[in-house]
This record gives sequence, structure tokens and C-alpha cells, in this order.
Amino acid sequence: MALKLVVIGNGMVGHKLLEELVALQLHDLDITVLCEENRPAYDRVHLSEFFAGKSADDLSLVAPGFFEQPGLHLRLATRAVQIDRAFKRVTTADGEVISYDKLVLATGSTPFVPPIPGNDRPGCLVYRTLDDLEALSQWGTNARHGVVIGGGLLGLECAKALRDMRLETHVVEFAPRLMAVQVDDIGGQMLRRSIEDLGLTVHTGKNTQAIVDGETARHRMTFADDSQLETDLIVFSAGIRPRDDLARQSELGVGQRGGIMVDNFCRTRDRDVYAIGECAQWGGKIFGLVAPGYEMARVVANHLHALLTRKQAPSLPEFAGADMSTKLKLMGVDVASIGDAHGTTPGSRSYQFSDERRQIYKKLVVSGDGKRLLGGVLVGDAAEYGTLLQMMLNGLELPEAPEFLILPSSDGKAKSGLSIDALPASAQICSCNNVSKGQLCDAVMTGATSVGALKAATRAGTTCGGCVPLVTQVMKAEMKRQGLAVDNHLCEHFAYSRQELYHLVRVERIRRFDELLARHGKGLGCDICKPTAASILASCWNEFVLQKEHASLQDSNDYFLANIQKDGSYSVVPRMPGGEVTPDGLIAVGQVAKKYGLYTKITGGQRVDMFGARLEQLPLIWEELIAAGFESGHAYGKSLRTVKSCVGSTWCRYGVQDSVGTAIDLENRYKGLRSPHKLKFAVSGCTRECAEAQGKDVGVIATEKGWNLYVCGNGGMKPRHAELLAGDLDTATLVRYIDLFLMFYISTADRLQRTSVWRDNLEGGMDYLRSVIIDDRLGIAAELEAQMKLVVDTYECEWKRAVSDPETRRRFHHFVNSDASDDNVVFVPERGQIRPATAEEKRGRHARIPVTVLAE
Amino acid sequence: MSELGMNNEWMAVCGIGDIVPDTGVCALVDGEQVAIFRVGEGDFYAIANVDPHSQAAVLSRGLVGSLGESIVVASPIYKQHFDLRSGECLESPEHAVRTWEVRLQDDRVWVRRDSR
Ligand code: SRM
Ligand SMILES: Cc1cc2nc3c(=O)[nH]c(=O)nc-3n(C[C@H](O)[C@H](O)[C@H](O)COP(=O)(O)OP(=O)(O)OC[C@H]3O[C@@H](n4cnc5c(N)ncnc54)[C@H](O)[C@@H]3O)c2cc1C
Ligand code: SF4
Ligand code: FES
Repeated sequence: MALKLVVIGNGMVGHKLLEELVALQLHDLDITVLCEENRPAYDRVHLSEFFAGKSADDLSLVAPGFFEQPGLHLRLATRAVQIDRAFKRVTTADGEVISYDKLVLATGSTPFVPPIPGNDRPGCLVYRTLDDLEALSQWGTNARHGVVIGGGLLGLECAKALRDMRLETHVVEFAPRLMAVQVDDIGGQMLRRSIEDLGLTVHTGKNTQAIVDGETARHRMTFADDSQLETDLIVFSAGIRPRDDLARQSELGVGQRGGIMVDNFCRTRDRDVYAIGECAQWGGKIFGLVAPGYEMARVVANHLHALLTRKQAPSLPEFAGADMSTKLKLMGVDVASIGDAHGTTPGSRSYQFSDERRQIYKKLVVSGDGKRLLGGVLVGDAAEYGTLLQMMLNGLELPEAPEFLILPSSDGKAKSGLSIDALPASAQICSCNNVSKGQLCDAVMTGATSVGALKAATRAGTTCGGCVPLVTQVMKAEMKRQGLAVDNHLCEHFAYSRQELYHLVRVERIRRFDELLARHGKGLGCDICKPTAASILASCWNEFVLQKEHASLQDSNDYFLANIQKDGSYSVVPRMPGGEVTPDGLIAVGQVAKKYGLYTKITGGQRVDMFGARLEQLPLIWEELIAAGFESGHAYGKSLRTVKSCVGSTWCRYGVQDSVGTAIDLENRYKGLRSPHKLKFAVSGCTRECAEAQGKDVGVIATEKGWNLYVCGNGGMKPRHAELLAGDLDTATLVRYIDLFLMFYISTADRLQRTSVWRDNLEGGMDYLRSVIIDDRLGIAAELEAQMKLVVDTYECEWKRAVSDPETRRRFHHFVNSDASDDNVVFVPERGQIRPATAEEKRGRHARIPVTVLAE
Repeated sequence: MSELGMNNEWMAVCGIGDIVPDTGVCALVDGEQVAIFRVGEGDFYAIANVDPHSQAAVLSRGLVGSLGESIVVASPIYKQHFDLRSGECLESPEHAVRTWEVRLQDDRVWVRRDSR
């Protein structure tokens, strides 16, 4: 008989437990999940991205098909209201009774709403669930002023959301400083100044006494110091309280300050009932972060596994507390708190550095003997977080003068921070997913030699992303150790990565491959470096790819401006920007295809492909297409392919913007742009997303106010959803961001690296990309824009140039010494069109004469 | 201009200037397709044009370059490399192609079936 497990709560931690159980492949387990919310688990940590346009689906933590697996039963919108431990059963709000063998409480916590008179007025809200955020955005549309009560981590995050809704935003904090738990006085002041610079008003040391009707706004808040503040909406973010009411009612043992008391296996005093996540209390502490909750989930999954398999498990993992160090970005300000941030350890000493101009504050707390790091605070720049955290967690010996760990170096050189080699294999690098240095090294050993591959193999860096810089360092160090030499050399002819070559070409204004090879390479070049160089030269200077100096570098497809097929014939794809084509255009394409007997097909990219053209026919076919107003579609190039569109507001009853018009404009702007790999765009006219923009390198989705810009999506072998770069952009800004995005990608990606893979390997991830594109963090935006402008301004249709240039045109013959056609290309009819003959069919023809079978 | 000729006789197939440096062309020689490559300004090589992996007559359209000591062309279909001097396929030796001799005379490129 299968063991019946009931899990109450399908939040982040409850769901992690299910994933762990599934991963352990427990067959004799029948799991019922009670989920009070009307949707299954989603990513609460990234909840605020809802305001940046992320949908509930985007935030979902549930892998497709997860709950369809046997032995898993999910009950949505089902709240447990009672536990009967004697009969081992749970009652739901609907009165249903579900019995269990083992029970797990993963009920999380609720926002604490201080007992202020008037706290339940309409427009008094909290910030915890997707429903809460939906309510907030509703209220926000009719409000001018907003107040957040609570200046802690979540309160500030919420304040950012209000500011983004363009409300005049105030933060009211009871304590004398912001983020009182994590940072000290000076850090708090620095943070406050940064936040006020962003236009928010901060009130500290304010004790709210009552909320009543306002005069100029819905509410008036009155404070203990007799001051008052009027506002349209109020969000309470004054801490959290564990949801332990079920446990109280069933006498499971609840701590004084709340929280269900558990042991090292996360068991309550009832051996059949576990509690994990924010509802649990261990060692007198409640953990308001997701990583300790995940750790608890792993502990319970392993415990259940041992019970079920009846294995002796002498070394079952136990929960051993968690480090509460945090690093986050609040309204663009980096804030980090490590270990004993306040220096409460007896005898500890501290080092501090502050720079009021750049609004940076850093503090180290070290042991009395100066040997160990105990904690620290970083505000304004938290680059050292990973290093300091590892030093503290692993008790590494501090350098002679620890202050240099936080002082800016005068010569701009990298700091002599942490040597990765000093970390023990057991050092936990990714706390969200409990991945150790040893595990990372093992994964590198078995072939994961890029950050993307490492993420896929170990899950490190896939949750909060904070550990990615350190993961990268470990990877590089380990590759070096294994003699894998972090070799990103393009090929044997160039001891440089594609990115380095790109910069050499730009900086030294190199215009020809010969020159590049002479200055920086050796040998003759090959089919790797030649096309790469050709692409780089084209991205930089945009000269005709078939002109004398460049022709021999091109991949066969670029060399003939068409796609080679398996029999040596070619396909021809004229550009149809946005997939829009006139009836006359279609007729012209049809006539050409008919005349040359080509097989025609609608592609996956909203245009027409014509197959079976012989080399010598290509210029003739192009001439006719050009005469009908068509251009090259670059189906052969590592360049912009198509900009797919949906019909949009012009015809569609739901459309909110002219998606076809924008798609056509984008396609015309970027056509011909050479890049490390092909580029695909799409533009949808509303959130229904009929153009599937979120599967593209660049996806644009219309909103009421403008456009949402998504980047780095991929179909193909490894589909990946695009991520929101920025929302509600006007068209000019949209185009500017795309310019910057593309040029930044082109200047930094590896050879044949799609934007999705590039993104997965980008240190700092989306935040970094945003800071480069939106905040111009690298100060290169103007330059990138100018580079793009050059390419856009110098565009010319390659087909047109090729047919009008006699030198080039001469190459389009199969034989240099005969006008005969390639007799190896033979077609036979199928479904009313042609297809290449099989080897068998060719032999049957015993003909050495070229045969073209036309469609009947 | 092609001259009629017997097996094993030199045959002029094109002018030197008809082959752009570091590219190839295909010539019809005695009913056979020959891929002729010009590497740099003055080195010429010739091999059979049919790619043994795909059976397509396309080797003349491949990219020319060097791998270690070998001078090679990469087939445009599946990218295997063929040594231009020996006809050997670097990835799978069983797929070697026949080589032809090349010589230059009177500004023209001449080829002859390799007697080796
Ligand atoms: C013609 C077409 C199939 C069709 O009949 O619909 C096609 C045909 C080819 N695709 Fe594709 N792909 C076509 C749409 C797609 C799509 C769908 C789309 O674009 O909406 C995808 C998935 C989306 C994506 O790329 O993210 C797609 C993913 C691929 C991939 C895998 C890329 C990846 O990142 O995993 C390759 C291989 C590659 O590029 O390395 C590929 C490569 C190819 C090549 C170029 C393979 C080759 O070298 O011979 C095919 C030759 C095209 C030709 O001869 O004209 N094709 N290919 C489509 C042409 C669209 C166009 O109008 O230009
Ligand atoms: C805006 C925001 C930002 C955050 N940012 C971070 C961050 O950057 N880093 C970090 O580490 N943490 C962050 N957190 C905290 C993190 O989200 C929590 O630590 C984590 O979600 C805890 O998981 P849990 O499963 O214990 O609780 P929850 O995720 O809250 O899940 C509990 C679930 O149980 C359900 N439930 C409760 N009672 C019942 C019942 N009786 N019957 C059925 N279902 C029930 C609830 O409806 C809920 O869905 C953030 C939280 C918020 C709100
Ligand atoms: S995405 Fe929206 S506008 Fe475009 S076709 Fe679909 S429903 Fe219409
Ligand atoms: S620490 Fe959060 S993803 Fe690694």
C-alpha cells in the first residue's frame, strides 16, 4: 500500500519538497497537495516582476506536466482548516476529510498588519501573493499617493512598485533607520539618501496611531508626534508572521514568537507531522528567506525516502540552521548584509569605508584576533559580497590588512580578494540550490565548461542568480586546474576569442581578413575563422560580402547568397517584411517558381521558400524577383531572418498597436545585419501573443501604453522563453533599446552563439544587461548606436549587387569550362511538385544528361 | 575552352584569372567533374568534385584553408575536410576522393588524371 502524504501549502518551499520527492523517484507514495491559492506554486522571490509585465505563467514554478504525474494530486483553492492528529486526517474549508500517513505543513507566513485603528479600511493592502499584487495594481490606477508602512527589505521593494506605478511614494518606518535588521546606522543613512534621490520620501522613527478619512486623499494617517500624512493607498509591510494556526489548534507546539517548532529533521513533536519553510521555527529562529526553506524541503524529502525504502540511513541530512546573509538590489541600489553585520560578537572589531559622493558604504566585522571575518555591510556596491560571504562561511584566514578587502584599489587592478583554491570542496556556492564547490567541479569534469551548461547540470545560479559570479570563478579555476585551459580560442589560426577578434577589428580598424591574419593569426585560416571574420567585418564595416577581399571567406551559403540543399541545388527566399505580401507579389513569386520549376513551400518564418534552383539559375531568378519589388531574405546568412508579426490592431478586435507596421519597420531596419548567429524577431499586437514573440531573440508585445520588449528567446533545439527587458516603451525607445541590445550582443558573443545561450553565460544576467542598455552602465550606448546607424545607413540588397556586378555574376556557373548543368542534380515529381531524386532513382535514369522535371 | 583529349592527357580548363584566390571552380573533364582550387596567388590543386558523404557535386564550392600541415577544403554540405594534396578525408579516411594533377602554362590551368 502506498504511503499517503498530505502537503498543506503549495508555496515555494512546499513545491520544492514535491520536486525533491519526484527526483528521488519514490513509487510507493501517494501525495495530496492542498493549495489555498487559486494557482499552483509561483516564484514569490521575483513577485515584484509582475509589475514589470511578468504574468502568473512566467512566474510559475511548476514544470509543464508536473502535476499530471501519477501519485500526485493537486487541489487548488483548497484551504486546510483542521488537523485531527488522533485519526490522522485533515479537514478542508469545503468540509472534505482527507486522511494521511504523513503530513507536511508548508503554510508559509502572512504579512503582519500592526493593530492600528483603521487598518482594515478599503485601500489598505498587503504584499505577499499574486492576488495582493493584482489588487494593488487595481487600487494604484486611481491613486496619486501611496504609503508603505515598513522600511525593511520587502517594504522597500513594495515602495519601488508604487513608484513605478508613478505614485508619489512615502515609506514610513517605526525604527530610526531603514532595513534595521540588515544594515547599521551609516549604511541605513546611505541607503536612505540613495532612495530619496530617486524621488521617494522616507520617514523614520514614525509611529502610526490611526488611519482615518482624509481631506485631499482617501486616508489620513496620524502619527504619535502629531504629524500627519494623506494618501490614497497604504501597504503594510511590517514583517511577517508564521501561519501556525493549524498547529496551534492541533497542539503541535508553537514557539513564543510564533512558528511551528521542529527538530533537525523538521519533525514536529508529532513524529508523523513535519513543518518546513517560513511557518517553521528551528532553534528559536524563523527563517524569512527561501534558501533555508529549500534546505528544509531537502531534509524532509530525504527523511521520507529513508522511511519508505526502509534503508539504514546513518548520515541523513539534517537541518543545521542557515546563514541569513542577503544581497539584493533595491531600486537600483546594491545592498548586502553578511553574518554579524552589527558587530554584536564580544571583542569584535570593525573596518569602515564610505564615499558620500558615490554613495557607497562598506563595513567589515572581524574577530578580536583579526583572523576571521564575522560579518559585513555593503551599500551602493556589493561586488565583494560573494567573496566575503565565502570567507566568513568557511572561516578562511583573513589577509594581513583586511581593510583592503573593501577599499577601492588605487590602480584599478582587481583586488587580491579570495582565492577560489582556498575554498574547501564542501563550501556551498549556491545557497538557493545547495550546490557545493565540489559538485561544481565534478560537473566541470564531466564536460560542463560554460556557465549555461553548469547551470543546467547543477541548477546552481538558477534561482536568485546571486551566486553566478562565484560559480563562474569556480568554473574557470577548475578548468584551469584540469588543464582544460579556459580555451576560447577561435581555432588553430587565431589565439583569440570571437569577442577579442571583434575588438581588434574595431580598434585597429582592420578591414580585410588578410590583414587580420597577418597581424594576429597564423596559417591560411579555415572554415571556422574565415566565416567568423567575414561576419565580424560585415558587422563593423558592412561592405558587400562578395566583394573581392571578402568573397573567399564566406560560407558556401553566403558565397552564393542562397541555401545549399542536400543535392547541391539551392533554395531562394525573398524577403517579405513582417510576413506581409501583396497579391501581386504572391503572383510574381508564383510565376518565378513556375517558370523555373521550383518546389514552393511556406516557411515557419511567414514567407515563401523556393527549392531546387540550380546554381546558374540563381541570378536569373533574383533578377525577376527584384523586378517584382523583392529583396534578398538573407535566409542563408547569420543575420536577421524574419520579423514575424500578427495582424494586430489594424484588423484584429483585440489588437492595441499596429504590430504589422512595427514588424515591417524593424525588419527593414535590421535586414542585412551580420551577427554571431541568426536573429529572429516577432511583434504581437496584444498579450494574446499570436506572433509567439517570447520565443524569439527579440520579441515585442504591444501594451495599451506602448511596447514590452523581450529578449533572448529561442525555439529550435533547446527552446527558451525570452525575458522582459523593459516595459511600456514608446516606439523610438523600443528601437533604441533593440539597437543597443543587438550591437552589445554582436560585440560580445561567441561564434554561433544564439542570444539565448549568450544570455545564459552572461555574468550578472538580465540585471546586468538592463544596466548596460537602460542605464548605460558601461558608457558605450552612444558608440553602439553610432555603429548600428552605420550598418542601417549602408544597407544594400545583396542579390541586386550580385546580379549587377559582372565579376560576381561570373561565379554563378556550375562549370568553369562548359555551360552544361550539373547532371548530378535530378528531380522527380511528388505531390504535384519536384523533389530531389534518390540515388536509386538516379541510377535508374542512366542518364548523364541533366533532366529537369517540371510540375505537371 | 576545352580541348578534346584522351585519358591521361593534359587538358586546359580555364584561365588562371578565372579562379579567385582561395576559392575553387568546377571543370568538366572528359565527362567527369573536377574541383580545382587556387590557394593564395599561385598554388593550384584539383580533386574530384563529388562529396562522398552527400553524393552532391559540390566540393568546388567549399571553403579553403589549412589544418595543421594540411591544405584542405571543407565540404559545404556536412563540413568534412578533404586534403587537397592527397584527397584524403580528415574525418573519415575511407571517404577519400581522387586527386588530379595541375599545371600552369600560357596563363591557363591544365589538369590531368593523377596516375598515382
Ligand atoms: C525553411 C525553414 C523550414 C520551413 O520549411 O519552414 C528552415 C530551414 C532550415 N533551417 Fe530552420 N528553418 C525555418 C524556420 C526555423 C524556425 C521557426 C522560426 O524561425 O519561426 C526555427 C526555430 C526557431 C529558432 O530558430 O529559434 C528553426 C530552427 C533552426 C535551427 C536551430 C536553431 C537553434 O538555435 O536551436 C537550425 C540550425 C542552426 O541554425 O544551427 C536551423 C537551420 C535551418 C537550415 C538553414 C539548415 C541548413 O543549413 O540547411 C534549413 C535550410 C533553409 C533553406 O534551405 O531555405 N533552423 N528554423 C524555415 C525558414 C524560415 C525563414 O523564412 O527563414
Ligand atoms: C515580495 C517578496 C519578495 C521576496 N524576496 C525574497 C528574496 O529576495 N530572497 C529570499 O530568500 N526570499 C524572499 N522572499 C521570501 C520568500 O518568498 C519566502 O521565504 C518563501 O516564499 C517561503 O516559502 P513557503 O513555502 O514557506 O511560504 P509561501 O511561499 O508563502 O507558501 C505558503 C503557501 O501555503 C498556502 N497555505 C497557507 N495556509 C494554508 C492552508 N491552511 N491550506 C492550504 N494552503 C495554505 C499559502 O496560501 C501559500 O500559497 C520574498 C517574499 C516576498 C513576498
Ligand atoms: S496577438 Fe492579439 S492582436 Fe495579434 S492577432 Fe493575436 S489576438 Fe490579435
Ligand atoms: S544562490 Fe541563489 S541561485 Fe545560487
